[in-house]
Parts: sequence; C-alpha cells; structure tokens
Amino acid sequence: MKFFAVFRENKLFGLYTVLVLLVLFVAIFGGALAPQDPYVGNMKQVFQSPSAEHLLGTDKLGRDTLSRIICGTQVSLFMTICVVALMSILGAVIGIASGYFGGRIEMVLMRIADMMLSFPGVVLAIAIAGILGGNVINTIAALFVVGWAKYARLVRSLVIKIRQQDYIAAARLSGTKTHRILLRHILPNVLPIIVITGAMDIGTMMMEIAGLSFLGFGAQPPTPEWGLMLNEGRQYIQTAPWLMVYPGIAIFLVVAIFNLWGDSLRDVLDPRKDG
Amino acid sequence: MKRILGRIAQTLVTLIGVSFLTFCLTYLAPGDPAMMLLEASDTIVSQETIDKTRHELGLDRPFLVQYASWVGGVVTGDMGISYSAKKPVTTKLLEGFAGTLCLAFVSIAFMLILSLPLGIWSATHRNRWPDYLVRIFSFVGVSMPTFWIGLLFLYVFGLKLGLFPIASSSVTAKGIVLPAATLAIYMSSKYMRQVRTVVLEELHQDYVVGARARGLSERRILWFHIMPNAVLPLITLLGMSIGWLLGGVAVIEMVFSWPGIGNTAVHAILMRDYPLIEGFVLWVAIIYTLINLLVDLSYAKFDPRLGKGGRA
Repeated sequence: MKFFAVFRENKLFGLYTVLVLLVLFVAIFGGALAPQDPYVGNMKQVFQSPSAEHLLGTDKLGRDTLSRIICGTQVSLFMTICVVALMSILGAVIGIASGYFGGRIEMVLMRIADMMLSFPGVVLAIAIAGILGGNVINTIAALFVVGWAKYARLVRSLVIKIRQQDYIAAARLSGTKTHRILLRHILPNVLPIIVITGAMDIGTMMMEIAGLSFLGFGAQPPTPEWGLMLNEGRQYIQTAPWLMVYPGIAIFLVVAIFNLWGDSLRDVLDPRKDG
Repeated sequence: MKRILGRIAQTLVTLIGVSFLTFCLTYLAPGDPAMMLLEASDTIVSQETIDKTRHELGLDRPFLVQYASWVGGVVTGDMGISYSAKKPVTTKLLEGFAGTLCLAFVSIAFMLILSLPLGIWSATHRNRWPDYLVRIFSFVGVSMPTFWIGLLFLYVFGLKLGLFPIASSSVTAKGIVLPAATLAIYMSSKYMRQVRTVVLEELHQDYVVGARARGLSERRILWFHIMPNAVLPLITLLGMSIGWLLGGVAVIEMVFSWPGIGNTAVHAILMRDYPLIEGFVLWVAIIYTLINLLVDLSYAKFDPRLGKGGRA
C-alpha cells in the first residue's frame, strides 16, 4: 500500500493530516457539534463571562461564543477553499495555455498577471470587496482576482521548461493529440507544484479573509465568521474581553495547522527541497 | 539604461491598468454617490436635485469620458474633490500619509532591532535551543492575524496596564508604540527566518573560513564580514515591506484608530467616496512600483556584479 507508506515514512505529515481532517470534521459537522444555536441569542444572558453553561461566554445578543466559533469553522474554511481552488485551477489553466500555446490572448493575460504581481494585492482586494459591497461571494471574488496571477506565472514558467523536453517532442512526433499531451505529460509534471503552492496558501488566505471581514468588507452579521466576530468583540474589549480572545485563538490554531500541513506536504511531494 | 526604460514603461502600464480597474469597479458598484452625498448633508432629496448633483459631479457623462477627464486631472496633480470631506483628494491623501509614514518608519526600526540580532543568534546557534526558540516565535508570528496581535496588545498594554493610549486621533510618540510594535512582530517573524537563512549561507563561505584562520574574533567576522554580504538579499524584502506599509495597513490603523492613509481608505469605501478611493489605489500603486524600481536600481549600486552588465 503506497498510500499508507507515505504516512509511515513521514510521521509528522501523518499527524498534521489528522489535525487537518479534524478541522474538516468540525467544519462539516459544526452544526451538530455546537452546544447551542449560533444564531439564536438569549437577551437575558448578554455578555456573560465564560462559565460552565457557556464555556466561552456570550456576546451582545446573548449568543454562545463557543457555538459561534465552532460554526465559524465552516464559513472560514468554505471561503478559503473556494478562493484557493479557484485561484489554483484557473491560474493553472491560464499558465498551461500561455506556456504551451503562447497566443495573443495569453500574452495579454500574462501582462495583466504582471500588473497584478507588481501591486500589493491586499489593497486591491479591500477596494474590490469594499466597493462591490461586503458579502461572502464578493470576498471570494476579490481575493481570486488578486491571487490567480501568482499561479499563472508559476505554472507558465514550468510549462515552458517542460515543453522543450525530448519526451514532449517524441509524443508530438508520434502523433499524440494535443489534449493528450497536456493531460498526460504536462499536467502530471506541474500538478505537485500547484498542490504545494495551494496548500501553503490556505493559511494566508484564511487570514486575509478574516482581515477583510474584520474591516467589514467580508462576511456580514449575523454570520458566525471569526474576523467579523473579532470586529464585533473589539467594541466591547473593556467589558467582554473573551469576545476578542477566543475567535483569534481559533484563527491562530487553524492557520497554524494548515501552515504546518502545507510545509510538510511540500517536504513529502518535493523531496529535493530541504527545509 | 534600456532595462530601466523597460521598467518605467512597465510601471506606467501597471498604473494605468490598476487605475482603470478601480474606475470600472466604482462605475459598476451599487449605490449612487450623488445620493450618498445629498443624504449626508441632510437636504431633502428630490429627483431633480439628484440629477443636478449628478451633473455637477460629472456622473452623467459616458464612462470613458469620465475616466479620460480623471486621468487628465491626475497628470496635472488634481485627483478631484472628495465627496465626503469636501476637500481635494490630494489634500486628504497627504493628511493620511503623514501618519502612515511615521508608522512605517518606526515599525521598520522596531522590526530591525528585533529580527537582526535574533536571526543572527538563531543562525550561530543552529539546532540548539536559541534556534528552536526563534523558529517557534517566527512560526507563531506568521500564523497569527496582525489585527488580533494588535487587539491583544491593546487589551494588555492599553487597558490592563494603562501604559499606552488605546486610540490616537493624532500622531503622538506614545500612540505610535503599540501599532508599530504589532507590525514589527508580524514582519519580524518573516525577517528572522530570512536573516537566519542568509547568515547560515554566508557562514560556510570560504572568506569566513579564511578570516577565522587569520585569527579574527567571531564577533568581528560576524559584523564586519558577514553582515555587509547578508544585508543585500534583505533589500528586496525590505523594499516590499516599505511599499506594503506605505499603502497603509488598514486593519492595524483601524484597530488603533491611527490617523493614516489606510483608515482614510476604509472610510472612503464606507462613504462610497469614489474619487478618494480611486486616488488611494493609484497612490498605493505609484508608491509600490516606485519603491520596487528603487530597489532594482539600488541592487546595481550595491552589487557591482549586476551593474556592469554581468548577471543582469
């Protein structure tokens, strides 16, 4: 079993994978795991400090912080995975197309990619999400618009190198159809790098999403999103500090898990590079 | 020379592209700025006044005409009038920029004070406890959202210990400490790794072995032989950080109510103050590309191999 051998040889990678699966589990079954409804408050129990009944206290509407954090996993992870998947897939398609064919449209796309890369993405993401109006879809769109360029550039440079290899020439000479060359020869060679880059971007994207929500340009109330919860908690920092402590810990833990996992995934998939 | 001209051309393309994109966005965005403007000034809004305001603001002209007239203004240094502040956009941006500039330089200074010694310490004690300590610190720093570090600082040092003000409406020496420290911690976690890597690389170079053989003290080798070489790779990173900081780190400025350009931008977006948003994005683009250009040029200056048509 090759699949299990990977985990046996890389014990740390196995550990981090288990942690990632745990986060995914919480994200998927958060609704069932949460002790209370994250949307329904009890006005008799506003700003309760952490207690046996509400382990992490309650917020301004008497909602249970722990339940909101648990359900927030789904929101954060869904947005993050959407952004990373969109960026890497479309970036890879554009990168492969421009690297292999190099037509005029691809040239224009590459110029646009250069433009995006020579500019701090966060500023543009804030402007896009803010101007279009904050919601989950616009946040994903804003981060995608800013982020695809990196993948397109990376994949393009790889494809240009691979295209000159002898086996591609051989495949072409023997009459292999173009789409087969792309799928059978090019894609398997660039896929590990795309996966590594994507995995290592998960933590960063999660923080940027939280940041946009914190500014008010991401998820909107009453969504239980961690960045938004921190923004709401910020106003009650004096009276209810737990509101700004625990959502932050949640972001930190999940980002840390994905960063560790991404680093060890790189070591597993790309053994040439040592850390 | 040809390379520099190419870079300048590319910079111009970037500026035009970015400003055009922002302009498109503000054009497509929901919400009518004329309406926002009128509602903000508490006048009774009739369709007639809206139309009149739209006409005064030039919002009834075709899109490309609006963009062209805006570009024409920018070239002569006029970025239009901010809707919400009723002041020229240039004035608003310069007001915010003073705060951002101070914050940027203080936080860079803090960052260097923190990350240079720790990075070197970690490299010279490789795989011993100082190294592990520094690596854990930098990992934790990378995984924490900056605004959360800011909130924690605000809570501990501002509220509980009362050492620093919790909000600064103007630029003060005491008010700058917490936001600068927050940014410094975040940046340090990246820089410490870089310093460590660079110093480790240099430690194994022949000239270090030579210097040791000549009996120079380790400290002398480190500061007079290794550091000058190690600083070079950091310049690119430093340039990017300065560009990032000068764009105004909106989240941090918001947490500490710091009067900087990022705060101005967030308010502009909330107020749908389109001329101010466009001005802001263009401003960041100019600063960022300009600093990148300077970094490139400084490379040629600091590294003689690049200037004489060597590797470049």
